[in-house]
Amino acid sequence: MDSRRHFLKGVLAGGAALAGAAVAPEVCARETHTRPAEGLGLLYDSTLCVGCKACVAACKAANNNPGEFSTDDQLWDTPLDTSGYTFNIIKMYRSGTMQTKDAEENGFAFMKTSCMHCADPSCVSACPVSAMTKDPVTGIVSYDPDACVGCRYCVVACPFGIPKYQYDSPTGKIGKCELCRHRYADGHYSACAEVCPTGATLYGKTSDLLAEAKRRLALKPGSVTKIPRGRIGGPDQSYEAPVGKYIQHVYGEKEYGGTQVLKLSAVNFQKMGLPDLPEHSSAATSETIQHSLYGGLVLPVVALGALSFIAKRNVKPDDDVASNGDQKEQS
Amino acid sequence: MSQHPHAAPAPMGGSLVSATTLVCGVLIAIMATFLLVRFVNGLASVTNINDGYSWGIWVVVDVMIGSALACGGFSVALLVYIFNKGHYHPLVRPALLGSLFGYTLAGTGIFVDLGRWWNFWHIFWPSYSNPNSVMFEVAVCVTAYIVVMWIEFSPVFLEKLGMKDVRRKLEKLLFFFIALGVLLPMMHQSSLGTMLVVMGSQVNPLWQTPLQPAIYLLTAIVIGYGVVLFEACVASSAYRRTHEVHLLDPLAKIMLGVLAVYLLVRVGDLTARGAWGAAFAFSGVALSFWVENLAFLAPFVLIGSTAARRNPRNLFLAGIAIMLGGILLRLNGFMIGYQHHTGTGWTYFPSFGEIMVTTGMFAIEVLGYIIITRRFPVLPREHQPA
Repeated sequence: MDSRRHFLKGVLAGGAALAGAAVAPEVCARETHTRPAEGLGLLYDSTLCVGCKACVAACKAANNNPGEFSTDDQLWDTPLDTSGYTFNIIKMYRSGTMQTKDAEENGFAFMKTSCMHCADPSCVSACPVSAMTKDPVTGIVSYDPDACVGCRYCVVACPFGIPKYQYDSPTGKIGKCELCRHRYADGHYSACAEVCPTGATLYGKTSDLLAEAKRRLALKPGSVTKIPRGRIGGPDQSYEAPVGKYIQHVYGEKEYGGTQVLKLSAVNFQKMGLPDLPEHSSAATSETIQHSLYGGLVLPVVALGALSFIAKRNVKPDDDVASNGDQKEQS
Repeated sequence: MSQHPHAAPAPMGGSLVSATTLVCGVLIAIMATFLLVRFVNGLASVTNINDGYSWGIWVVVDVMIGSALACGGFSVALLVYIFNKGHYHPLVRPALLGSLFGYTLAGTGIFVDLGRWWNFWHIFWPSYSNPNSVMFEVAVCVTAYIVVMWIEFSPVFLEKLGMKDVRRKLEKLLFFFIALGVLLPMMHQSSLGTMLVVMGSQVNPLWQTPLQPAIYLLTAIVIGYGVVLFEACVASSAYRRTHEVHLLDPLAKIMLGVLAVYLLVRVGDLTARGAWGAAFAFSGVALSFWVENLAFLAPFVLIGSTAARRNPRNLFLAGIAIMLGGILLRLNGFMIGYQHHTGTGWTYFPSFGEIMVTTGMFAIEVLGYIIITRRFPVLPREHQPA
């Protein structure tokens, strides 16, 4: 029967088109990006941090952000977490009696929370309007409120919980650390590193910072070493300090393809609130799927051609949505 | 043309003022009030969203679930025009109407949630748009699909307005729009699943997989048929029409087939990734996983036999089960099974205002459906009892 054969053909062709569109070969696997050679960043050494929060105050001032209060008297800026108005904060790890600094049991330790400036940032991949961009030279992940549509996909996507939104404003923006890129023209660098009294936060090229981190990891805990302050390669503000009992891991060296902000700690990084991330970035996985399906619009165009061909055969002028079958059936 | 004889669509007629339409009107007014507050004072003034759960029900329910529930038109068009099952034709217009409203609202509903909505056009502007972004693809395809659907549906209005020439010209090109109308939802419904991928391990392994596009696409198709079953039963009883069981029975059978494929993919994926452990955790998330999948399994019990498929009550319940499964799949991935890596202690439950805005969105849909089916030729004409 002709109609049956026609139907079977339709099923076959339709099935082929569906299969083609739904299951595409991973023809253009997108590798995880790596840090740009001259990328800038910070090295945060938890064992050097004394929790003075000078960096929190300096960040507020540098970014012209208002205070956020968590105490009744509202005398001091006391944010409990980063927010649309707080781009940097020092958090505290506490255990048991909290007697010893940098001890995992019955101790305490500090951890800086601010943008990690990922080599392969999820926020940049997620942003539909390029409001989040990664500078190809400095690697700084910047935010442009004039481009932003406020969809907050970056907020949801970031593994470090960094981009945050100003929900209390009808014209709310995303707030995040941009490594004080607006202060470079005046010869300044990241305010947090500028004011850090102990060199716990150090600014510089990530390649230099990584070398410095590895130097510290190689030293004998308790021995005395020279600790630079401010920025690597800047005026010598170094001092001598004892080497911490580091965990032998530079956090950010490889996570998600690496970050430009690196961290050293004596306490387990996950206990300090940093996620355990694979070396392969989720942005790479996501973009591989996207580009396999839509790269060069090849598959969609092929599928559209097949579907059009099938639909043209199956849409009969007097049997389609635009049917004027009324008259026919009444006649 | 006598291959598939069926009743032509005709306006239902009747009054537009009823208890249902009045309730819809009131709900829409309440929504408008909350939206006014939101646009004057910011998202926090109405919603409970926060940096741990930045996407609340205005995104996940109104847009993601709303558009999935609007897949009836796409699913039926796929059947009628691609798989050439012409006898399902009477289902096309009502299903397409549901999709038209669902999508138009999902598309415009996003403005309610966009924090910087006045920049919306940036998504389509080449110097801003980011083709690496899954959301970019979703936004472009959803917008294109809404336009395509209005074109697909325009014969209904042209019929009413008596613009025969325009309609005839459009008819010649209709196959192309039908093809687009099948392709575009396949593209963005699958991408709605891909949107989870970039969130990495913040999404529970039960819903974090590179197969997400296939999972979302297959469920969108199944939900499409489920909604058609649901809508056909509701429309039949609300308008006191005879049930189209002769169409719904085989449609339900096809739905079960696609559903079986979906469940195979789902089970295979969870097994291949070794993710089953999370399903046996003692947690609300694991419970939600089981409810989701039991809802997807329920139709095999409810309408597994031909006799059961001829019972409108079972078809209706199966439709609801499918919708529930699809709704939970999306809620689970984006909210219930989502947890920010850093900063524990984030919680989210929608505020009264958020719920009322979402309710208002659905009220617009119901009201629009009533107005259009009563005034325009959408539902198949009933044969007058002799």
